[in-house]
Amino acid sequence: MKVVVEKHPLAIRWFHWVNFPVLSLMIWSGMWIYWANDVYRIGWGSTTLFKFFPQSFYEAFHLEHQLAQGMAWHFVLMWMFFVNGVLYVLYTAFSGEWRYLLPTRHSFREAVLVTLHDLGLYKKPLPVRKFNGAQQIAYTSVVLMGLGSVLTGLAIYKPVQLGWLTQLLGGYEMARVIHFALTVGYVLFFVIHISQVVRAGWNNFRAMVAGFEIEEVDPATHAVLAGPTALPAADASLSPAPQA
Amino acid sequence: MMDETTPPAALAPTDAPDSAPTSALPVAYDAAAEAAALRAASKRSRRSFLITGALGLAGLGGWRWLLSRPEEDGLARPLRRVLDFNGQLTTDYFQNTRLAPEFARARAQELRFNGDVGLGEDNFDPTAWRLTVQGYAPAGTAPRTQAFSLDQIKVLPRTEQTTEFKCIEGWSTIVHWAGVRLVDFLKAYPLATASGRAVADGSHPPADLARYVGMTTPDEAYYVGLEIESALHPQTLLCYEMNGQPLTAEHGAPLRLVSPLKYGVKHIKRLGTIAFTDVRPRDYWAELGYDWHAGH
Repeated sequence: MKVVVEKHPLAIRWFHWVNFPVLSLMIWSGMWIYWANDVYRIGWGSTTLFKFFPQSFYEAFHLEHQLAQGMAWHFVLMWMFFVNGVLYVLYTAFSGEWRYLLPTRHSFREAVLVTLHDLGLYKKPLPVRKFNGAQQIAYTSVVLMGLGSVLTGLAIYKPVQLGWLTQLLGGYEMARVIHFALTVGYVLFFVIHISQVVRAGWNNFRAMVAGFEIEEVDPATHAVLAGPTALPAADASLSPAPQA
Repeated sequence: MMDETTPPAALAPTDAPDSAPTSALPVAYDAAAEAAALRAASKRSRRSFLITGALGLAGLGGWRWLLSRPEEDGLARPLRRVLDFNGQLTTDYFQNTRLAPEFARARAQELRFNGDVGLGEDNFDPTAWRLTVQGYAPAGTAPRTQAFSLDQIKVLPRTEQTTEFKCIEGWSTIVHWAGVRLVDFLKAYPLATASGRAVADGSHPPADLARYVGMTTPDEAYYVGLEIESALHPQTLLCYEMNGQPLTAEHGAPLRLVSPLKYGVKHIKRLGTIAFTDVRPRDYWAELGYDWHAGH
């Protein structure tokens, strides 16, 4: 029979959906800023594989000549990004949610299996748990990336008054490189995240809006028969194949 | 495994989101209970999506409202307010003893020529040039004004520093500068205080010190403002040499401002006048939508 299972607490959903537009606009205004000195590329010597960014890209998204606006938005939105991020970390720490989110010593092996599974190279079922190893690593990394963006951002925003931080991060120009690379990281995260959400389906997506999932359980044993689950895993080993 | 101690999440089927869960799962399949739970779930789901959508629209509305606010110097007023708040926070945190990193002189590079506003006078004569300094005069009193030749400035204690010039566009260049610290100039010519007392030490400014300093080119086409804290910082120079050579015309001969505490836009070239004031001075790029503080 189907039962309603609570998955994401309201606070987590709130932090998630505040962060999404704020980070998007941080990236957008960051592009307005970056355009004014767009020196990064992937390549070596005189060979360039990819330039950040091709002229056509700027033109398509109207990213040119917006430095002043970009800085203004960036330095307003940074407060929301920072406050939302701090509240999220505090919430996960004090609510116990961190137990689901922090990787364990098993997560890395499991993340490899999850990746292989998603690529169709590993056929056995994955662990039935709120967040699998790959998710734990991804969701913890992205929070650390957020911290990295705040620190590198401060290092290039106030490189004299926070000079110790700028020096720690390898200097003004290195801090800018890291700040940019982290932003590329968010975009990659976003692409994978969206594709995984699409794959996982409606039940999973609804949980990030409404908070619950509907799962098929055995009425006699209460064992979950189908559906991603909010249940904590019994142990780190991969769970046996569902009976259904 | 970390999850072993975690109690299982609520597994009880509920007939409504807010009601207490029924005591236990039915042992046998209960079609009516399941249908009720699913009905409640879809109601709850619908409500959540509606609320989320409404909040999204409200956010969009807030965004549009922000953009519709009257502009102040090229920026919607609320954005300008936040930039000024950030600037005030920076000034409150500021300490005169925190220095910009200095580099080995050998690392100095050629500095890009990036702005000619204020350098447009056809018949500018560097030999006839004078720096006009208007002393701080509280409201109602006549300001003392004094003119200086370049030689008068060059006899003051010389300071050299190799610091990173940071353009607001995002690039930076290490440059070797030589000139007179503004604070050293003010020790010789105490024009920044109402009483005419010298500022002995920028870390302990006297009470009758001006709050701001405004600087303009001789043709008044370019102008910058600095809060007095940055102006009195030991790395803020009235500069006459760059990378071992006298300033070229395009880099601001005969005298320019240099301060690693500020973006390049504040490094006004070809200084004409300096005025100490209580009113925040106009700033060329701040009027075009940039942060007035633009400081590090």
